Amino acid sequence: MRLPPRFVNTLVALLLDLVALGTVGILVVIVCVIVVKGIAYIDLNFLFTYPEDMGRHGGVFPSLIGTIFLVALSICFATPLGLGTAIYLTEYTKETMMTKTIRFGVESLAGIPSILYGLFGFIFFVIKLKMGWSLISGALTLTIMILPTIIRTSEEAIKAVPRSLRIVSHSLGATLWETTLKVVLPCAAPGILTGIMLSIGRAVGETAAVIFTMGSSLRLPTSLFDSGRTLAVHFYILAREGISMEKAYATALVLVVSILAVNILAYYIMHKVIAKYS
Amino acid sequence: MPKNRAVLIDQIIKQTMRICAFSSLFFLFLIFLFILIEGLPLFYRVGVGNIIAGFKWAPTKGAFGIFPMIVSSFLVTIGALILGAPLGLACAVYLAEYAGKKKKLFLKPALELLAGIPSVVYGFLGVIYIVPLIRTYCGGSGFSLLAAAIVLGVMILPTVISISYDALMSVPRTYREGSLAMGATKWQTTYRVVIPAASSGILASFILGMGRAIGETMAVIMVAGNALRIPGSILDPLRTLTSNIALELAYASGDHRLGLFSTGVVLLIIIMILNYLANFVIRQKVIK
Repeated sequence: MRLPPRFVNTLVALLLDLVALGTVGILVVIVCVIVVKGIAYIDLNFLFTYPEDMGRHGGVFPSLIGTIFLVALSICFATPLGLGTAIYLTEYTKETMMTKTIRFGVESLAGIPSILYGLFGFIFFVIKLKMGWSLISGALTLTIMILPTIIRTSEEAIKAVPRSLRIVSHSLGATLWETTLKVVLPCAAPGILTGIMLSIGRAVGETAAVIFTMGSSLRLPTSLFDSGRTLAVHFYILAREGISMEKAYATALVLVVSILAVNILAYYIMHKVIAKYS
Repeated sequence: MPKNRAVLIDQIIKQTMRICAFSSLFFLFLIFLFILIEGLPLFYRVGVGNIIAGFKWAPTKGAFGIFPMIVSSFLVTIGALILGAPLGLACAVYLAEYAGKKKKLFLKPALELLAGIPSVVYGFLGVIYIVPLIRTYCGGSGFSLLAAAIVLGVMILPTVISISYDALMSVPRTYREGSLAMGATKWQTTYRVVIPAASSGILASFILGMGRAIGETMAVIMVAGNALRIPGSILDPLRTLTSNIALELAYASGDHRLGLFSTGVVLLIIIMILNYLANFVIRQKVIK
């Protein structure tokens, strides 16, 4: 028996509507569960006191600071490198075998799973370079991991800058670098910022690459060579070892809310930019 | 001479940028080099067959068989694909063909936000909600292939959706207009014209989704049960390649640690093959 095409058409439209809503529903449920369960156990004290008894009591202050240090360091390392790569690929060369190879390298880095970054960071930074389980080992590992995101988004942003702006700048006698610095980069800045925001989100939530390079010490890291525990690692240990479900929910709330905030801000900036150019 | 100075600065900047650009390749080289240096010696000493096709993993007693983990990794990945691929494709079709402008503006970022949720959070929610559900309604401990496949199925959605969506959007408008003008309904057009035209991109999205699933670690450790054997049913626990590394790296030493790097080598090879395949599939279309 064949159903009439118009009937099928309406049915499919309805089904797809439901599927899409259901999928967004997954996100809503995840966020709601974390917020509803976590909100009861969280207050300012939780954010600003030290953990006691392996995290069973007290707060997450050292993890909060550790996360901020780690992410700030890796963004400081990755942004100039990534931006430099994007500028080189878009402004300084034509498409050649070399740029194709570089793009292949960036794509491959993006495809490597985080546990392999953890494995590499552990053997290279922690053991061979003798940096130990430390803030700096973690930051360098994360730098390589977020580099592809920064390169790709910066490249898109730089490519979107109209050619005419560059031509005008060159015709006024500006060198390539002057044009890039004073004309192209300011125009591309919001797009580049989006890439940085997305990278921050990724770095904050990362566990596998961080736990084997930065370690999981509960102390407050005070130097580059101190070990520390990020919020994501702290949450993983709380949940996996069943130390405290209440503290796990509260930590998850801090994690999810900060990551969502950063991501939503990134999309908002991107949306503004698209609206401006079209 | 200010002009010459500007040119000189330009040259210096250019060289600096070039060094930046090569850093990615350099890092990729370093990652391969160090994982291979640590991982390969054991393949020589113990034998490739004894590792890849070996059944017994007892690294402190000289047995480094990771065959059950390779099988398990593929099983959870296929499970994730069975759940995630149709759902992701449906969402992509909805976004590209059916959703109105306003709905799209809200739905697309919302679906991309799923990628922002950390994998530990997925794993945690899996343990709290999905594992007990399986234990109650299907039996077993709940820590199982099924639980891992469900969690990973959700985790690969953003990858499948965004790449399929791009593929669907790159199908020229004229294809759709031609089909509609012949009297086909919207669904007939989508099903018979747009999806086949975008098939290579959609396939690539599935392959990249596989790459994401096979490389996922923390969420899988939390819900899969980590037992060292090939699962006999979807309710059995299992241990993937990634879990094996993450579970034991913290305390492993000597040959045990080398064994974990050998596991890493196998994982790296699988990932590179999947990435190459996805690239190959996408390029096929460009040539056509």
